Amino acid sequence: MYKGRLTAFGQLWRHGLLLVAVLFALGPILWVISASFNPSNTIVGQSLIPANPTLAHYRQLFQDPRHPFHLWIWNSTKVAVIASTLTVALTALGAYAFSRFRFRGRRGGLFTLILIQMFPQMLAMVAIYLLLLQLGEVFPALGLNTHAGLIMVYLGGALGVNTWLMKGYFDTIPRSLEESAMMDGATPFQAFVRIIMPLVRPILIVVFMLSLIGCYSEYVLARIILQTTDQYTLPVGMQLFISDQYSSRWGIFAAGALLGALPIVIIFLVMQRQLVSGLTSGAVKE
Amino acid sequence: MFVTQPARPGPRTAPGGRTRPWRWAVVALIDGLALWAALWLASTGAWLLLIILVAGAIGINVAFLSERAYPLRYLLPGLFFMFMMVVYPIVYTVYVAFTDYGTGHILTKAQAIRQFESRLYEPPGAPRFPFTAFQNDGGDLRFLIPWEDGRWILSEGDQFQPVDRDDPALIDADGDGVVDGLAGGYRALPTLGLMRHLHELQERVFHYDGVELRLASLTQFARLSPRYRYDPAADQLVDLETGTVYRPVNGYFTSEAGERLTPGFRSLVGWRNFTALLTNPRISGPFFRVFVWTFVWAFLSVASTFGLGFGLSLVLNDPRLPFRRVYRSLLILPYAFPAFISALIWRGLLNTEVGVINQVLRAVGLGGVPWLTDPLWAKVAVLLVNLWLGFPYMMLVTTGALQSIPDELYEAAYCDGATSWQQLRHITLPLLMVSVAPLLISSFAFNFNNFNVIYLVTQGRPPIPGAGTPAGATDILISYTYRLAFEGGSGTDYGLASAVAVVIFILIGTISYVNFRMTGVLERVGEHV
Repeated sequence: MYKGRLTAFGQLWRHGLLLVAVLFALGPILWVISASFNPSNTIVGQSLIPANPTLAHYRQLFQDPRHPFHLWIWNSTKVAVIASTLTVALTALGAYAFSRFRFRGRRGGLFTLILIQMFPQMLAMVAIYLLLLQLGEVFPALGLNTHAGLIMVYLGGALGVNTWLMKGYFDTIPRSLEESAMMDGATPFQAFVRIIMPLVRPILIVVFMLSLIGCYSEYVLARIILQTTDQYTLPVGMQLFISDQYSSRWGIFAAGALLGALPIVIIFLVMQRQLVSGLTSGAVKE
Repeated sequence: MFVTQPARPGPRTAPGGRTRPWRWAVVALIDGLALWAALWLASTGAWLLLIILVAGAIGINVAFLSERAYPLRYLLPGLFFMFMMVVYPIVYTVYVAFTDYGTGHILTKAQAIRQFESRLYEPPGAPRFPFTAFQNDGGDLRFLIPWEDGRWILSEGDQFQPVDRDDPALIDADGDGVVDGLAGGYRALPTLGLMRHLHELQERVFHYDGVELRLASLTQFARLSPRYRYDPAADQLVDLETGTVYRPVNGYFTSEAGERLTPGFRSLVGWRNFTALLTNPRISGPFFRVFVWTFVWAFLSVASTFGLGFGLSLVLNDPRLPFRRVYRSLLILPYAFPAFISALIWRGLLNTEVGVINQVLRAVGLGGVPWLTDPLWAKVAVLLVNLWLGFPYMMLVTTGALQSIPDELYEAAYCDGATSWQQLRHITLPLLMVSVAPLLISSFAFNFNNFNVIYLVTQGRPPIPGAGTPAGATDILISYTYRLAFEGGSGTDYGLASAVAVVIFILIGTISYVNFRMTGVLERVGEHV
C-alpha cells in the first residue's frame, strides 16, 4: 500500500493532520496542568504558561475541611485495592475450576457467565441501592454508606467479567505440572496454590490492574451507596468539588484532577501493552 | 477437542478418603455463623436476605461435604457475590418495575400497618390525671402524677416510674404535705410556667407500664388509645376514632369516600409503569426523546471515535512517516486518563461564560457557543467529549488489525493497478471489519450505557420543557433511570426507573445477541472450551 517516496505535500498534510490531532488530545491535559500551577484560581484570563507558577492550589487541596481530598484518595485506594485483591482471588479460583475440572453444568456455567457479563451492574442500580438499604437495616456494617457494602457490590462483577480471560491463560499451562505434584501427594488445592498460581502471575497482575482501574474510577454505584463526604471515593468527591462554585475553585480542582489521575496514568503507561490486549481481546477470545 | 485426555484432578480422582478434621471444623463454624445470622434475620422479618443466606449456607455445606461437588468449592465464593450483587438485583429490578415503589410508597404493607397501629388518640371520656410539673436550672422537666391505684408515678424523660410518697427524692420544704421540689434542684413549676412548653409537650408521648399518656391541657395528662386496628381477615384498617373503614387500593388505605391515609405502601401495579412510559403524555414524550437520543448518541459515538481512530491509524501505519512512535504515544494519552476526571475537566472547558473554549472562540472573533445550555450544542458537546475519550481505543484496535493484514495482498493489488482508494475499499476495510466489527458492537453497547460522560459533563441537561419527570436533552436511558430514582424533584419513583432499566435490559440483550451471532461465540461455547 505504501509505495514510492512521500512527496513534500504528502509529508506536510500528514504531519499537519497529526499535529492537529495531538493538539486535540493534549490540549485539555496541558491546560489542566497549567491551571493547577496558575496563581489565579479562576478560569477567566488564564494563559497556558503561568507567569509566576505556584504550588498554592496543591496546598489548599489538602486543607479544605469541606472537601477532604486526602480522605477521598485514601477511600478510593482502599476500596479499589481490597476489591481488586478479592476479585483476583475469586476469579482465579473460578477460572481454575473451569479450566481443570470436568463437571456437570460446566458449559452451562461458562455460557451463563457470558450472558451475565453483558449486563453492566449499574443497570440494576435501583435494586442494588434498595438491597443495601435493606441489608443495612439488619447489618449496618454492610449497608448504605459503608465501604464494605461498596466492595461487596464490586465483587459481584468479579466472576462475570474476568473468568474467561483468566481461564484462557490457565488452559495454556500444561496439566502435567499439577499431575506430577499430585503424584507426590499434593491435593488439587495445594497444586493450585503452589504450582499454578506462580505460573499464571502475569494474568493475575493484568486482572488485578484492570479491576483496580475499574474500581478506582467507578462513579455511579459509589455515588448512590456513599452518602457522607468523609466516606466518598474520589469520583464522587471530585464531582462535589466542582458543583460548588465551580469557576472560582478551578485551580484547586485542576490540582486534584491531576493528582487523582496520576496513579491510573502511571499504571496504564507502564502496563499499556498487557492491559490493552486484555481489554481488547475481549473476555471471550480464546 | 475430543482427544483422549489423561485423568484429571476432580471428583473421581480427588483423594476422597482424606477428609480432614479442619474441614469439618470450618463448615461447622460457618454453619454456626449462618444460623446466628438466620435467626437474627428471621427476628427482623428480612425474609429475602434470609433466603440468600440459607441458599449460600446450603451451597457451602454441599461443596465441602460432598466429593462430587468438589469443583463447587472453587466456584462458590465468586458465585455467591455474583448472585447477590448481579443476578438478584436484575431479578429484583424486574419485580420493582411492576410495583409503585417510590415516594409515598416506600414501606411494605406490614410496615405501614405497624405504623398506623402505633398511632394514638385520646378517646372521648378517657381518664385524665392532674399532675405537678418540676423544672431544674437546666430546663429539664419532670412530672408527678397521683395514679389510679393510689400510688404516685414520676417521669424521667418519657418514662414514668412508680415512686413512694416518702421517697427522699420528693421534697416538701414547707411541710404542708404538698411536694414542692425534687432531688437534683427541681422546683415545682407553676401552671403558667408550663405555658411556653405546652406545644412541644403535647407532641410527646409518655409511657407507664404499657399505658400511653399525653399532656391534654395545662393541668391534666390524658390516657391514650391506639387509633387504628388492622383486621387481617378482612384486610382492612379501622379508624377507631371515627369508625371509618379503609381498604387497600393502589398502595394506599382508602376509605369508601376515597380518602387516603399516608404513608402508602408498596404494591404490585401490573403494567402501569410500562404503559405510563408509552401513553402518559408528560412521561412518554420525554421518554421517547431520551430513547431516540440514546441510539443516536451511541451510534454517533462509535462512528466518530472509529472514524478518527481509524483515520489516524491509517496515517500512522505508513512506514515512510517519521516520528510515528512519538505521535502514537502522545495520541494514546486521553485513554490513560480516568474517564470521570476527563469528563469533569471538559465540563470546565465547555463552560459557556468562563470556559476556555469559548474564550478562544471569542478571541478569534467567533461568538461564544452555549455548549451546556442549548439542547443541540449540549449534544454536540457530549459527543465531542466522548470523541476525545474514545478515539485512542479505536486507534489501538485498528492499528493492531491493520498490521495483521498481509502485505502480499497489497502487492498483488498494486500489480493489478489498484489505486490507494481501491486498496482501502476492497482489501483493508473488509479484512479490518472481520476483527473490528464485534468490537464496534461492544463499543455501541458500552456507549449505550455511558453514564459517566453524560452525567458528569451535562447531568443530562438542559431539561426538556414540559417533562413531568426529570429528563434532559442529553439524557440517555441509563442517566434517565438514575434521575428518576435518585434525583426526582417531586420525589423518587423506583418503579418507573426500574421499568426504564428493564427496557435497557431488553435492548442490551438484543444488541449482545447480534454480537454473539457475528462472533460465533454461541457456537464456540457449544463445542469445546
